Amino acid sequence: MTKRDRIVGKDRLDSLRLGFWTVFSGLLIALLAVIAYVRYTQGLGAVTHLSDTFPWGLWIGFDLLCGVGLAAGGFAVTATVHILHLKDFKPIVRPTVLTAFLGYILVITALLLDLGRPWNIWHPIIMWNPHSVMFEVGWCVMLYTTVLSLEFAPVVLERFKLDWMLKLLKPVTPILVIMGVILSTLHQSSLGSLFLILPEKMHPLWYTPILPVLFFVSALAAGIAMTVVESWFSRRVFGKPIETHLLSRLSKVSVIILALYLTLRLRDLAVRGALSTIWPLTRVSLMFLAEIGIGVAVPMVLLAFDRFRQSPKRLAFAQGLVVLGFIFHRLNVSITSVEAATGHRYVPSFLEFLVSAGLVAVGMWVFVLACRYLPVFPEEPAATEGATESRGTSQASLPVSKPVTAFDRT
Amino acid sequence: MAHRGILVDVTKCIGCGACVQGCQKWNEHPAHEAKRLDEQTYTFLMDRGNDVYVRRLCMHCEQPSCASACPVSALYKSKEGPVLYDPSKCLGCRYCMLACPFGVPTYEWHSAVPRVRKCQMCSHRGAAGPACAEVCPTGATITGDRDELLAEARKRVVGDPKAYYQWVYGAKEAGGTDVFFIGPKNPAALGLPRVEVDGPLPDLTWNALKHVPDVVLFGGVFLGGMFWLTKRKEEVARAKHDEKGQDRG
Repeated sequence: MTKRDRIVGKDRLDSLRLGFWTVFSGLLIALLAVIAYVRYTQGLGAVTHLSDTFPWGLWIGFDLLCGVGLAAGGFAVTATVHILHLKDFKPIVRPTVLTAFLGYILVITALLLDLGRPWNIWHPIIMWNPHSVMFEVGWCVMLYTTVLSLEFAPVVLERFKLDWMLKLLKPVTPILVIMGVILSTLHQSSLGSLFLILPEKMHPLWYTPILPVLFFVSALAAGIAMTVVESWFSRRVFGKPIETHLLSRLSKVSVIILALYLTLRLRDLAVRGALSTIWPLTRVSLMFLAEIGIGVAVPMVLLAFDRFRQSPKRLAFAQGLVVLGFIFHRLNVSITSVEAATGHRYVPSFLEFLVSAGLVAVGMWVFVLACRYLPVFPEEPAATEGATESRGTSQASLPVSKPVTAFDRT
Repeated sequence: MAHRGILVDVTKCIGCGACVQGCQKWNEHPAHEAKRLDEQTYTFLMDRGNDVYVRRLCMHCEQPSCASACPVSALYKSKEGPVLYDPSKCLGCRYCMLACPFGVPTYEWHSAVPRVRKCQMCSHRGAAGPACAEVCPTGATITGDRDELLAEARKRVVGDPKAYYQWVYGAKEAGGTDVFFIGPKNPAALGLPRVEVDGPLPDLTWNALKHVPDVVLFGGVFLGGMFWLTKRKEEVARAKHDEKGQDRG
C-alpha cells in the first residue's frame, strides 16, 4: 500500500517535472539556436576557446567521444538478446536502443556545430581516403546511425500500427544486429585509433598503441553502465519497476569487463614503463589516479559483492561511477594528456559548456518524451498511457507488479 | 624538377626577414610582424640569440600525417613535392592540425567559411618556386631538387664539423621531409619541434586500420555462428518443453 501511495505521489511529481523540463529544455534549445547562429556567422573562434594548438576541445572530447561510447549499451544488449538468445534481457532492449539512437543523433548534432564546414559532412561518401581514421569514423557514424534507426523503427511502427512494415523488418533483425555489433566494434575502437597519430602530443599515461582496444573495452563497460543508470532513471521518472536481478546480472558482467580493462591498462603502462610518471603527484597524475581509482577500481570492487548488487540505487551509484570514469578517460585522452605533452592549456569557454550540457538536456528530454508516447517499454502498455491519464481515475493501471509477471511470461 | 625541396642553412641567415616579407607578399597576406604560424603567417623567424635566426615553415613531409589524417584527401602530397590543400573538399574536422607533429596547419577561427592554412611551397608560382628562397639575399634558404638538396646539406655538415652540428633536420624526422635545416646547434637548441618518431606517423594509424577488413569478415562469421548455434539450442529447448507439456496434458 505504501509503495502504491508513493508511486501515485511520484506520478503527480512527474507531471510537474515534465513541465519544468519542457520549459527548461525549450529555453536551452533557444539558447543553443542563438549560439549556433553566432558560431555559423562569425566562426568557431567566436564561441569556443579552440586554438591552433588545441583544435579539438570539449565538443569532441565530451559530445563525440563520450556520446558514442555511452551508446555502446545498444550493441551489447541487442547482441545478448538477438545473437546469444538470452531472452531474459528483452525488456531492456528498447530503452537501450533508444539511448544509443539518441546518442548518435546528438553526436551528429554536435558534429554539425563543431565541423568548420558542416555542409561538406557528406564528402567522405564520394571522396575516399581509406588511410584516414577519420574516414573510418565518418563511415561508422553514417552506417551505424542508419542501423540504429532501423533497430528502433519497430517501436515507431508499432505505435502507428504499420504492421506490413514490421513484417518486412522482422526477418532482417538478426542481420541488423550483427551489422550493429561489427560497426560498433569498429567505431568504438577507431575513436581510440584517432589518437595513435599523436605520439609526440600525448602524455605517456594515455598514449599507447593499444588505445583502440582500450576504447572498445571501456565503451563496453560504459554502455552497460549507462543501461543500468538509465533503467534507474526510467524508474525515477515513470515509476517503471526495474528488473533488479537483470541489472544485477549485467553488473556482474561489468565486473569482468572492468577487471579486463584494469589489467590491460596497468599491464600496458608497466610494459611501456609509464607508471613511473605518476610520481611526483601532479595535476596530470591525479587526473589519472582519479580516472582509474574512482572510475574503474572502486565500482569494480563494489559491484563484485552480491549484497551490494541487490539494491537498484546502489547499482545505479556504482555504474554511475563507471560512466564518470569513462568520461574522465575520454577527456583525459583528448585534453589532459595533450595539455601535458604540449604545455598549452585549454579551458573550454562557458558557451562550449552550455552547448554540451544543453545537448545532454535535450537528449534526456527527447528520451522522456519518446518513453511517454512510444511503446519503449512494450511489456506494459498500461503504464505508457497511465502516466498521463491515471492521475485522477485509475489505481488499477498503476505499474506496480506487472513487469514481474511480464518477465515470468518469457 | 622531379621533386622540389627547400634547404635552410641557419649559419647563413642574417635575420633580415626578407623570406617572411616575401612569403606575405606572394600569399597576399597583409604585411605584419610575424611571431607564430597563424592563418596569415606561413613562415616567421625565431631569434635564438647570438645572431642565430631560425625559420619555421611547413616541412612538407614525404609521408604527411596531415594528408593521411584527412578523411577526404583535402590535404594531399603532390607529385612535385609540396603538401597541398583543396578547401572545397575540406569538412573542417581539424584532424590534420592535431596530426601534424610539427604543429604547422592553422585555422581561420573567425571565419564562417574557414580554411586550413599553411605553406604550400608557393605552388601557385609554378616553376618560379617558393618566394622565400627567391628573395633570400644570403642563400640561407635555397630551393631545388629534394635529393640534391639533401646531398648538399650532408656535404656542408660533414665538410665543416666546426660550423655545423652533425645533423640534418628533416632527413629522418617523421620519416623524412622535403624541407631540411642545418645549423650550428642541435635542432632542439635551434627551437625546432622535437619529433622523436623516426618512421612515418601514418604507419601508426595504419597498424590499427589495416585490421578493419578482418574485424568485418571474422566478426561476421563469429556472430553469425553464435546466432545460429544459440538459436538451435533455444529451438531444441522449446521443443523439449512442448513435449513435456503434451505428456502432462
